[in-house]
Amino acid sequence: MPESKLDLLQGTLDVMVLQTLAAMGSLHGYGIARRIEQVSGDAVLLNQGTIYASLVRLQQKGWISAEWGTSDNNRKAKFYSITKRGRRQLSEDAAYWHRLAGVMRRVLALGIEGDGK
Amino acid sequence: MDRLRQAIQRLLAPLRASKYERELDAEIATHLAFAIEENIKRGLPPAEARRQAMVQFGGAQQSREKYRDSRSFSLLEEILQDLRFTWRTLLKDYSFTIIALVILALAIGANTAVFSVVNTLLLRPLPFPDSHELVWIAPPPSTCGLSCATYSADAYEEFRDQSFAYQGVTGYGAFSTPDNLRLTGYGEPQPATSIEVIGNFFQVLGVQPAKGRLFTDEEARGGPHNVALLSDVYWRRQFNADPNIVGKSIELSGSLVTVVGVLPSSFDFGAVFSPGAKVDLFSPLDLNQQRMWGNIVTLVGRLKPGVATAQALQDAERIAPNMYFNVKYPQTLGRYKGALIPVPLKDYVTGKLRHSLIALWCAVGAILLIAGVNLSNLLLARAAARGKEFALRGALGANRGRILRQLLLESLVLSGAGAVLGLALAVTLIAWLAHQGSVALPLLSTLHVDLQALVWTAFVAFVTAMVFGLLPGLRTAGGNVVEVLKDSGPGAGLGRKHERLRSTLVVSEVALACMLLVSAGLLLRSFMKVLDVDLGFEPDRAASIKVEYDDSAPTEEGSQTKRGVIFQEVLERVSAVPGVEAAGMADYLPLGPNRSWDTPVPQGKTFDPGQVPEPLVYIVTPGFFRAMGIRLHGRDFAWSDGPRSERVVVINESAARVYWPGEDAVNKVLMRGKEEVRVIGVAEDVHEEHVEAALGSQVYYPVTQQGPNGAQLVVRSKIQPSALAGSILRTLREVNPKQPAAEFRPIRMLVDRAVSPRRFFMLLVAAFAALGLLLAALGIYGVISYAVARQTREFGIRMVLGATPALVRRTVLGSTLRLAGIGIALGVVASLICAQVISSLLFQTPPRDPTAFAAAIAVLIAVATVAGYLPALRATRIHPAAALRCD
Repeated sequence: MPESKLDLLQGTLDVMVLQTLAAMGSLHGYGIARRIEQVSGDAVLLNQGTIYASLVRLQQKGWISAEWGTSDNNRKAKFYSITKRGRRQLSEDAAYWHRLAGVMRRVLALGIEGDGK
Repeated sequence: MDRLRQAIQRLLAPLRASKYERELDAEIATHLAFAIEENIKRGLPPAEARRQAMVQFGGAQQSREKYRDSRSFSLLEEILQDLRFTWRTLLKDYSFTIIALVILALAIGANTAVFSVVNTLLLRPLPFPDSHELVWIAPPPSTCGLSCATYSADAYEEFRDQSFAYQGVTGYGAFSTPDNLRLTGYGEPQPATSIEVIGNFFQVLGVQPAKGRLFTDEEARGGPHNVALLSDVYWRRQFNADPNIVGKSIELSGSLVTVVGVLPSSFDFGAVFSPGAKVDLFSPLDLNQQRMWGNIVTLVGRLKPGVATAQALQDAERIAPNMYFNVKYPQTLGRYKGALIPVPLKDYVTGKLRHSLIALWCAVGAILLIAGVNLSNLLLARAAARGKEFALRGALGANRGRILRQLLLESLVLSGAGAVLGLALAVTLIAWLAHQGSVALPLLSTLHVDLQALVWTAFVAFVTAMVFGLLPGLRTAGGNVVEVLKDSGPGAGLGRKHERLRSTLVVSEVALACMLLVSAGLLLRSFMKVLDVDLGFEPDRAASIKVEYDDSAPTEEGSQTKRGVIFQEVLERVSAVPGVEAAGMADYLPLGPNRSWDTPVPQGKTFDPGQVPEPLVYIVTPGFFRAMGIRLHGRDFAWSDGPRSERVVVINESAARVYWPGEDAVNKVLMRGKEEVRVIGVAEDVHEEHVEAALGSQVYYPVTQQGPNGAQLVVRSKIQPSALAGSILRTLREVNPKQPAAEFRPIRMLVDRAVSPRRFFMLLVAAFAALGLLLAALGIYGVISYAVARQTREFGIRMVLGATPALVRRTVLGSTLRLAGIGIALGVVASLICAQVISSLLFQTPPRDPTAFAAAIAVLIAVATVAGYLPALRATRIHPAAALRCD
């Protein structure tokens, strides 16, 4: 249901793209978008088009590289892959998200306890 | 790091925009193809598969926008977009564009050219390394000319050895005349100009030879070395830039001289030390040989690092009392007291021009203002016409900043293009100026448009665009949308406000033009006064040529006799040439270098030491006064005034007044030491130094009783003197086959050269005034035309109601003259101040000269009338019916 889909937080899409590329190797834009949707169990509200803004941003930062190539079904597509610097950035981002998620879980748990009293 | 990288990529992105767009389109297409394929695989019909793919992708246009936002700074792209738009609008409105460009090109070109001149003459240091250390050592100019600004060989050595302030002191022989040598061995004998310099001259200035070497210490000490350094120009012109010239011997006036080096092209002696003169070669000055010749060298010094001019002055004041004019004569001790004054070389070279240059700079500044005001006016007119376009754009969502930016961009593009054209104009003008050898301004030959001038041009263009583009821009963008859109016809709302602003601009334009005109008028009047100065001789229909002769004889008397015979023969033959009215010779001509080396005193009178007049001395032949057109009271010299007859002298009126105030000097006796000299005539005062300078004492001795320093033949003719050049040279060659093909110079040229700096500045200011007037006229014309166009309907109605065309014309002309009148009134007030400021540049013209003011006002009124009459005429040609129908 579209209503229940998660709105993406600023900056999360970039991390998702990096993680997808780190896990899957070289992928084209459609592949990345589909992959994110599948992993999230279609829980994320993703306008597939917005992925390209993220891709150009990451490319300009030098975290991913792009190359024109041919897909399995013989279509010309631009394939993206993560760079060394991208991996370093991803590990930093991952650590940040883990910490944030941990903190959020604890904070929210606190709220429930508070409600309980 | 990554941030920086991204920023750079984003900055570059607009340049590659189309490539990015194409790639994105391809990617989106592939993306959709993948999605459709997958949907079809899942069993959807093709149309539905496509629809689903599109839905999943989201808005393609939106994602493009997002993509662009992250790819680059959108501001840059917007500006590029605006730029393209500006380009199109300017091309479309080409008549406006052309007028604006011409105005800007003229104003910016004039500014760049004048900046280059000011920069070269005033701002930039002299073309020597550490040139701030260089000083010129001489007292301020006085009536005894160059001789009071020069020093004897002994004095030079004493000063050099006793001063502490200098790394080096040097100088050059100040009294050489043009064409003083004869080069043989290269076809016909050619005249050449050489200057003798003290051996260390180039070392002190810091000039390195382009080829070969400078003078050695041995050569610098003097003696018969016969070596020379060539100037770059002479080496190229006379020796075809012979790469093997160093070490070659050339024959100069009969002796062989070895070329030891060639000076660099950056060194132009004339440009710095003797404006308007060309020097071909340099030889070492033999101080020992010239020790008895009195004041012969100028002094130039290089101060030790960190020594200020004031300290150098103290140093000089300490030494001066201990200096001898000639160490052999103890009574000459202290002759130079107070006469050794070091001033920065730069001040000596260009200090006199400071005021003129600043005035010139202000004049082009005024031109720029007028041009800017005109541009502003044009832009306002355009803005009025485009008011609706902007209102519409505003209504459609363009914000005020964007519209303002667009307007500013337009004026930037205009002024940028104007600057490029102006630069081309300036480069042409400067190249032309640099080759004006006849203008006696220092450093003129070194003029060029350099990087600083480019930066200045860019600055001027930018400021012009900002200031004069912003004004109409603010006006337009600030307008109320509804009001503008409502303001359907000419004659309401914004139009009226614009008109007030435009009138203010025109008034200021007229005021500025008035200032320029008055200044130009004052300078023109001064120049005419200078031309009117009674020079003491008749420069027209006379010309001079340097004559070669050989008067060598074992005794002085023998040489005087021999010289008399040669000169008499030359003059007799030259006088016989058809067309020649009179001929005579002198060692120096007026308005050039001159010498004073003699201090005669009237018999029976004594002067306090230091009060003895030091007249300029000329050694002349009979006939010289007639040939120069100098009026004489008493008698001229005769050939019979020989070595053995009574010593005779002619003095000028100033000298007569000093020696025998209130008496007739003819037949009085002057004492030169123990020798009696009879005054046989009193000559009119001749302007020797400068056309505008005060006059001093002058004395003339005959060639048969004194030794002249060379001979200049002066010929007065009935016809144009240049027509005689060939026959005079032929006649001289008959007497002396070695006579070189020296230049036959009209005497008028000497005067022209002397007044050339004044003429130069006057012409420039006059040109700027004319330009200012033209621009102001354009401004008036533009405003009145616009007003007439706006009032078309009103005039139509008036004429229907019975107004005669004459009445309508009067109305239009009246409003024109009202604007001009206010402008002139303001301009006259400003001119009064301005004239006071430039009063030091005027010659015998009061700063409130009524003629200059009246002429400026009359010209402005006349121009305003014409500029207003044309639109007035148009107003009356309107057919009432057409006027009423007009929108």
